[in-house]
Amino acid sequence: MDFLNSIILLTNFIIVPGITYGSQLALGAIGVTLIYGVLRFANFAYGDLMAFGTMIVILVTWFLQSKGITFGLLPTALLALPVGILLTIVVSLFFDKTVFEYYRNKKSDPVTFIVVSLGIMFVLNAVVRIIIGPNDINFMDGHKFIMKAREFKQMTGLNEGLALKSTQVITLITTIITCSILFYFLNKTKTGKSMRAYSNNEDLALLSGIDPKKIVLLTWIIVSILATVAGTLYGLDKSFKPFTYFNNLLPIFAATIVGGIGNPLGAFYGGFLIAFSEIGLTYAYKKFFKYIMPEGLEPSTLIQFISTDYKFAISFAILIVVLIFRPNGIFKGKVI
Amino acid sequence: MIKNSDFKICFSVMTVLTILVGLFQSWGIALSMLNLCLISAVMAMGVNIQWGFAGLINFGVMGFLAVGGLATVLISVPPVPEAWSAGGIGILVSGLFLLAVILSILLINKRFPNHKYKNYFIFVIIILSIPLLKFIAGPSISKIESINAATSGFLGGANLPIIFSWFVGAIMCALVAFVVGKVCLGLRSDYLAISTLLVSGIIITIVKHEEWLSRGVKNVIGLKRPVPYEVDLQNSEWFIRLIEFLNSSTLSNVLNLDERTSLLNQLVISSSGVFVKLCFSLIFLAVVLIILYFSEKALNSPWGRMMRAIRDNEEAAKAMGKNVVKQHLFIFMLGSAIIGFAGAMLVTYDGLFTPSSYQPLRYTFLIWVMVLLGGTGNNYGAILGGFVVWFIWIQSAPFALLVINMFTSHLDETNYIREHLVNSVPYFRYLMMGLGLLLVMRYRPKGLLPEKIIKN
Repeated sequence: MDFLNSIILLTNFIIVPGITYGSQLALGAIGVTLIYGVLRFANFAYGDLMAFGTMIVILVTWFLQSKGITFGLLPTALLALPVGILLTIVVSLFFDKTVFEYYRNKKSDPVTFIVVSLGIMFVLNAVVRIIIGPNDINFMDGHKFIMKAREFKQMTGLNEGLALKSTQVITLITTIITCSILFYFLNKTKTGKSMRAYSNNEDLALLSGIDPKKIVLLTWIIVSILATVAGTLYGLDKSFKPFTYFNNLLPIFAATIVGGIGNPLGAFYGGFLIAFSEIGLTYAYKKFFKYIMPEGLEPSTLIQFISTDYKFAISFAILIVVLIFRPNGIFKGKVI
Repeated sequence: MIKNSDFKICFSVMTVLTILVGLFQSWGIALSMLNLCLISAVMAMGVNIQWGFAGLINFGVMGFLAVGGLATVLISVPPVPEAWSAGGIGILVSGLFLLAVILSILLINKRFPNHKYKNYFIFVIIILSIPLLKFIAGPSISKIESINAATSGFLGGANLPIIFSWFVGAIMCALVAFVVGKVCLGLRSDYLAISTLLVSGIIITIVKHEEWLSRGVKNVIGLKRPVPYEVDLQNSEWFIRLIEFLNSSTLSNVLNLDERTSLLNQLVISSSGVFVKLCFSLIFLAVVLIILYFSEKALNSPWGRMMRAIRDNEEAAKAMGKNVVKQHLFIFMLGSAIIGFAGAMLVTYDGLFTPSSYQPLRYTFLIWVMVLLGGTGNNYGAILGGFVVWFIWIQSAPFALLVINMFTSHLDETNYIREHLVNSVPYFRYLMMGLGLLLVMRYRPKGLLPEKIIKN
């Protein structure tokens, strides 16, 4: 019984939140890695692009709610998602046409791109804050819990409860759908293959008659979809606050580099690696050891490796360790 | 230096902006703007040394500013004896432990430089030392934080003059930069940007959450000042005489003695604030000029030429026998020290240390906008950038309010859109910064005052 309890405890506090957070990071990291691979720069405006997409979704959600339209048990935000994606694509393409295209044609160095993306970050940051404000917004509606901790306890008779929020399940399902479509597209379709070819070797791709404009357009579309979906899922699961979205950029970057730059599958695993290390290393294992240790040997301290406040340090440590031991990332990315 | 045209542009822009604000708003506002401009100029010069001279991209400015700010607390605040007696020994022991860990890592690095498992071994040491450190320091930290939690709850500082802390802040930043540089400087430019951004995040978390050290989010208020206090000025004979002398023509117009005294009192109170700010301005101006002088000297010295050579072509410089790694580390430390100096100045000027106010947009990327807009690789450019960007940053909210009121004047006072726009006025400054940066990068990629190429 104690063993079961300890397993449930870990599932409730590490595995379920880890999978949810990991999915959100993975979606974000795939977006960053695609920009890195195809457009060849680290996009610092990505966090704010996520915030922008989520903001549109929230506005449409409010509009739908005011008209009395809801999605039944599911959050209304899922209905609003297509509009958010569409507008985010428009904004991305607008910035690409007005800003990035010029530097791409000039073949500027990556640092110039980073600086320019900082400019876009400022602009998007301002737009989001002017339109929706800097405060915390909770836009989750519909059915909140699939299983409550208390119900689980009654059902199984265990001491520990397992709570399952509907946002967690939605996040997982959406991530599975999005990633399967994305990886099918990248690996099986002709357009996807040409995109990978372009990312792998630009000159060779151009020689084979691949149209770079089409590839860039496609990349921005995919990236906008991923940014909006990841942002909305994160906002549904926790809450929407523009500043948090900027901060999430850091673990996302870490996940991208850990997974190997320009490698979408690596970014996917990188997202989960970062998420699980963050949650696993900041969890206090006292209760867990209480269950599995024999009586009298229970620990008196929290058995927490590092306090929750220092989760940045974990991303950073993983990043540095990976960069020292495997500079191209765990899953062999490429050096642009 | 005076003959330089950039120098003239730079400081005439500064004078004109200050006088304009002084005439149209008030001299108090103008001087506080000038002071923050001067501090920003120091920060921008620090970043410019790293980015403009050496091409190192440092997105950790916020972290170094916070370290400088922490130095003011550690130096100027009086120590808390109860806290020291309760947990001082524990903190000292854990400090020694940390030192031992670092030394053992260095020793391993030195003794077995090419050993197969060296890195894994260091990794294990770090992993083990973190929980051990927590175990050693934990009890004393909670003891310290429980003593007078509302008013102190930390160890306090050394009770020294606050000017001293500016130099200590610079030294502390150089040490932090040494560690960060050792780990990160070998990385490619974009990796370096991301990892320094992460480091600054970690530094801010430390300052925010280690309450025994910095009081964390409870803030430290009422820091010392290098200039007199307003209250002391208002009660001192010479200051009242000075104000009387300066305003003698206005005062002589008032014949009634009572009215004259009350007018004099008002003048003394209002000018004491201006006087304090003026004192700050003079100190800050001196700092800016001194750093500018040395920075220019360095830029035009053989060392500066070598740095530019490394920046422009690392391989060639290496082939000429220059130690690129060492020079990068040195210039990273130097730039960070100047940033830390500015961080300590900022906290001194504010008179309070608020760790939660450090945000990357304001304290990292805004400084970067200053450098990029002013002109990379040119010290005058950095100063000009500091002025112009801070001016726009401060003035864009009133300006946006003006524009909004102009365009929505036909709408009702309580109209939803109008109210919403008026409430979001502070965020228009981000918009201005973003647009400004994008325009400058497009049409003047070298900044307003581009780098001067000196051909000998």
